[in-house]
Amino acid sequence: MAATRRITININGVSTSHEVEPRLLLVHYIRDMVELTGTHVGCETSVCGACTVMLNGAAIKSCTVLAVQADGEEVLTIEGLAQGEQLHPLQEAFWECHGLQCGYCTPGMILSAYQLLLRLPRPTEEEIRHGIEGNLCRCTGYQHIVDAVQQAAGQMRARR
Amino acid sequence: MPLSRLVGARIKRREDPRLVRGLAHYVDDVRLPDTLHVAILRSPHAHARIRSIRVEEASKAPGVVSVVTGIDIRDSIGPVPVVAQNPTLRVPLHTVLAVDKVCYVGDGVAAVVAQDSYAAQDALDLIQVDYEPLPVVSDPEKALAPGSPVIHSEWPDNVAFRWTLKQGNLAKAFRDAYRIVKQHLVHQRLAPIAIEGRGVLARYLPGEKELTVWSSTQIPHLLKTQLSIMLRQPENLVRVIAPEVGGAFGSKLNVYAEEALVAYLSRTLNRPVKWIEERRENFQATIHGRGQVGDVEIAVKKDGTILGLQYRAIADIGAYHQLLTPGIPPLTGLMLSGAYKIPCISMEVTGVFTNKMSTDAYRGAGRPEATYVVERIIDRVAQELGIDPVKIRQKNFPQRRDFPFKTATGLIYDSGNYRAALSKALKLAGYEKLRKEQKRLRNQGRYLGIGLSTYVEISGMGPSAAMPAGGWESGTVRVEPTGKVTVLTGTSPHGQGQETSFAQIVADELGVDLDDITVVHGDTAVVTSGIGTFGSRATAVGGTAVLQAATKVKEKARKIAANILEANPVDLVFSGGKFAVKGVPKKGITIQQIALEAHLATNLPKRMEPGLSATSVFEPSNFTFPFGTHICVVEVDPKSGEVTVKKYIAVDDCGKVINPLLVDGQIQGGIAQGIGQALWEGVVYDENGQLLTGSLMDYALPKAKDLPRLELARTETPTPVNPLGAKGVGESGTIGSTPAVVNAVVDALAPFGVVHIDMPLMPEKIWRLCRSKDAADRRG
Repeated sequence: MAATRRITININGVSTSHEVEPRLLLVHYIRDMVELTGTHVGCETSVCGACTVMLNGAAIKSCTVLAVQADGEEVLTIEGLAQGEQLHPLQEAFWECHGLQCGYCTPGMILSAYQLLLRLPRPTEEEIRHGIEGNLCRCTGYQHIVDAVQQAAGQMRARR
Repeated sequence: MPLSRLVGARIKRREDPRLVRGLAHYVDDVRLPDTLHVAILRSPHAHARIRSIRVEEASKAPGVVSVVTGIDIRDSIGPVPVVAQNPTLRVPLHTVLAVDKVCYVGDGVAAVVAQDSYAAQDALDLIQVDYEPLPVVSDPEKALAPGSPVIHSEWPDNVAFRWTLKQGNLAKAFRDAYRIVKQHLVHQRLAPIAIEGRGVLARYLPGEKELTVWSSTQIPHLLKTQLSIMLRQPENLVRVIAPEVGGAFGSKLNVYAEEALVAYLSRTLNRPVKWIEERRENFQATIHGRGQVGDVEIAVKKDGTILGLQYRAIADIGAYHQLLTPGIPPLTGLMLSGAYKIPCISMEVTGVFTNKMSTDAYRGAGRPEATYVVERIIDRVAQELGIDPVKIRQKNFPQRRDFPFKTATGLIYDSGNYRAALSKALKLAGYEKLRKEQKRLRNQGRYLGIGLSTYVEISGMGPSAAMPAGGWESGTVRVEPTGKVTVLTGTSPHGQGQETSFAQIVADELGVDLDDITVVHGDTAVVTSGIGTFGSRATAVGGTAVLQAATKVKEKARKIAANILEANPVDLVFSGGKFAVKGVPKKGITIQQIALEAHLATNLPKRMEPGLSATSVFEPSNFTFPFGTHICVVEVDPKSGEVTVKKYIAVDDCGKVINPLLVDGQIQGGIAQGIGQALWEGVVYDENGQLLTGSLMDYALPKAKDLPRLELARTETPTPVNPLGAKGVGESGTIGSTPAVVNAVVDALAPFGVVHIDMPLMPEKIWRLCRSKDAADRRG
């Protein structure tokens, strides 16, 4: 076993610090050391997007980032999106529009959509479909997800 | 049913808040202290003898607790079961880990148990296996040829089973035919790809001798029974929990080697043990779907009337049977009448062993193959006879008065109105206009194609007599002393939303608030009996059981209320969750008040048992037969071979709808998978049995930008098979869509002389077809 290293990552506004092997993946740090299991693993190859989290404000696939690469950085996971009991407009819209079935891809899907809406507050359907291309969903056929992102976009604009 | 408030309403799902917040618990999110982790060494060879396995070095690796091989465990764990039967079935011994030889890439060879999954993975590299490669056969047609490599020495012909169905005088039909149209068809292998792979966590308590297994499964109760047999563990000391399950599509309607292996390891090591499947393993060692090739012949009159149909097929079984493997191809045979009157039908299918992973149930399971055969060949007939594909379908539909409609394959279609669904779809699509547009564009060298599929499918599985392991379902409704309602169902939802739709059913029946109802499923210690979720059965069978249990509760409540109100039960009216004497609504008593009385049990009618709960087990008298029309419009670019789906209309009839929002979701997801099969997906093994599509980088799953906006509509023809009138909707999108897409592409390419293309319709195939036509024209 390789020598471990102490890293500190701010996750959802809380500072976390652990001794880790340099090879530890960020997703396993989040799930197994910090015990936030809302971030899922779906393919281990950066294709499915189930493990998507925000690293310093950018959506990344945490199954192909090492935990040590996030040392000193800020991570947002699905657990950090709601304000207490108040769901984020995206979470609200996914619920409202039936944008999820089994729910496994949902946390990653929502965070990808979150990045999309930060960049494009008024996305067209085509832009949404392109924006979530890196996230696979096998249940919904994506249509209700697209609807949800559109609805959330409206909500988020109204909040500004 | 009483006055409906919630059944039929677009209610948003009650399971969603935990899911959108990342607070749900899938298997890998269930954490037990001191859990050990398993990694499995899998064969890189498709066929090889195992000369020796050396595990000493791996056993000594840091963090490793145990390493086991096939020889170590073969006397302790029984074989992986197959429950689908047929008289000619040959069942090779399917051990949990390979003993003498491996038969497919991914076959389990050894398992490492370690303190964490990284340590377990590391140790896999230290296991030394000496393989002697054997000749491989991966193509089922080649496996049947004389001189083929033999997979199981007991059966040198590689035949797993033969199944035939024959009804009517087919010879005469073919003699009398004006035209016989034939087509060779390929239903390629597909990977189900639930985004959550499989996963198992087992905990054996040596004091209590109790084994609890958390598994990502569709069938916790069936799994409990099978695990108890495999592990020789008394069934009353086995508990199976299906926690949150991240999709399945039939792939978790099974009993897998790893489920028994992990449970065995926990029992041996007296520690919780967990195995989480990686995506690569999921491609190699989770069942595949379809995998059928066949030849269809249809006999027709000059006006397009169908006289008879025959289909000869080869089913690619893989190296072993899984739970329902041999039961899938017969479903194709049963559904070969499609939505048409076909007086004689025959099917002969040969199941063939190959050096590949097993095939089994994947969304549709045998029925998409039937629909594809029928809907493709009817389009071929239309093309040959110069009849519009709409007209030929209308001509052969059974009429409304023909229902219940008996098919030549021996099924009785419960109810249907095929013309209505077709008419509605044509109207929504603007069919006539589309045909004109197609003509106009062709003149500009653009190739629009319009494809139809008028499908019928078999759902609501099903009467126990027709099922390999029971076709009933259980439901329990319990009103707690505080008035909250607990509903238990033997179905095992994994995305379908029955925590919501079953609550809607009970809320209406008992007149209670939706928010006061909790639907519990997936734990065999809580839900005492059940079959599971598959075959579009949960609502039709499980929903009915829940409804009947609620009715029983209501009837008991009526008697208690009558006793309290000092009235005759028949003089009470039930409204808004209250029983009251006719004409005296103010003195009513609520179900909640009655529940408390029932529990206190001081004021109950004589000889009545305390408590307010009831269980019902529903045994359906028949399957149900959802149907519909899908219309797909594509544009094909002959220069690149690329297909763009421009428009997609689906009119589906799943009987009575409990929650339209959920039905739309099922249809949309189903269509995405059906389009996926038509255009992109396919599990590919090379001739050495190497899996070429072993990751999501190689296997093309539909993405958001690949799909058009789907236009959905419904007709509603209730089934008489259950009191809900619901037929089921889980698979119709997949079944209906695949032929619609292929028919559309073939239609687009008619000017190129194309009459058929095998799936998936990759650009390269289309490009070659268009190019060869161009070249032929130039040679002219």
